[in-house]
Amino acid sequence: MSAHDHVDRDHTHGGAAHGSLRGYLIGFVLSVILTAIPFWMVMSGAIDNKQATAIIIMAFAVVQIVVHMVFFLHMNPASEGGWSMLALIFTVILVVIVLSGSLWVMYHLNANMMPGLHEMRQMP
Amino acid sequence: MASTAITADTAPVFHLEEEHAHAEGGSTMLGFWLYLMSDCLIFAMLFAAFGVLGGNYAAGPAPKDLFDLGLVAVNTTMLLLSSITYGFAMLTMDKGRIGATQAWLVVTILFGLAFLSIELYEFAHMIHEGATPQRSAFLSSFFTLVGTHGLHVTFGIVWMVTLMVQVARHGLIEANRRRLMCLSMFWHFLDVVWIGVFTFVYLMGMLR
Repeated sequence: MSAHDHVDRDHTHGGAAHGSLRGYLIGFVLSVILTAIPFWMVMSGAIDNKQATAIIIMAFAVVQIVVHMVFFLHMNPASEGGWSMLALIFTVILVVIVLSGSLWVMYHLNANMMPGLHEMRQMP
Repeated sequence: MASTAITADTAPVFHLEEEHAHAEGGSTMLGFWLYLMSDCLIFAMLFAAFGVLGGNYAAGPAPKDLFDLGLVAVNTTMLLLSSITYGFAMLTMDKGRIGATQAWLVVTILFGLAFLSIELYEFAHMIHEGATPQRSAFLSSFFTLVGTHGLHVTFGIVWMVTLMVQVARHGLIEANRRRLMCLSMFWHFLDVVWIGVFTFVYLMGMLR
């Protein structure tokens, strides 16, 4: 009985969905592929250009995070009446501000406060 | 019938100030999700610190001297496998099969312990080589970030053992299902954080 109630509540309220075997297996296969390719790229040095490699593995990470969110954490716009998606969007915005802001500010701080490098280059 | 319709139309409308009753645990999932989001912010800070300090080796060892990507790949596999086995535990829980759920939880715990052992071996190896957290800003931020993740995994395992005892004692009752679903979110969330760790710390460290 309790199991039945449980299933019903999930369907009516759109609460945390449980996913299916198929969903978990798709998520698992996708994440294995999305993990293996970046490791292979870095370990074999398939692309000579390091910056290009970095951008590609970051793209793979973003895709894999989305895969995990959808197939393992069962995120969808309707779960918990949309509130969990709203909280997620808010958090992603904060994380982007924290990460990009810190890196940006500290990079310029390093670049401008480093004595020597600039002046040395400008010296005759 | 007509008279009741008229009285329904003209009857005063009351706006009840009190909230209607919620089922016990009805908001637990959302509350736990909010906790995970705040945990996500902790990791964002640690990632930011690593991003800023990750290049300051203080003439000490660099990622290339320390990291063994093969080991990290094995570690990643362990965590990924533990994620899917926890998913299987949730599926068997939905079917109400206590024995199978417990078995999958044991498998998950074993994969989690394998992950932790490999990570501790890596840490011990690094410290043995003199790459201690005190050595450079890179190593301080590395140990803080990866160590915090490892600590989360440790507590996840403790939580899992606790829930196994609960399930063994009380069965798959509503409360235990709810707890297992919370732990499911926690465990999969740790896997998501690990994606960030192996990409930004290990893979991009090797590219530096």
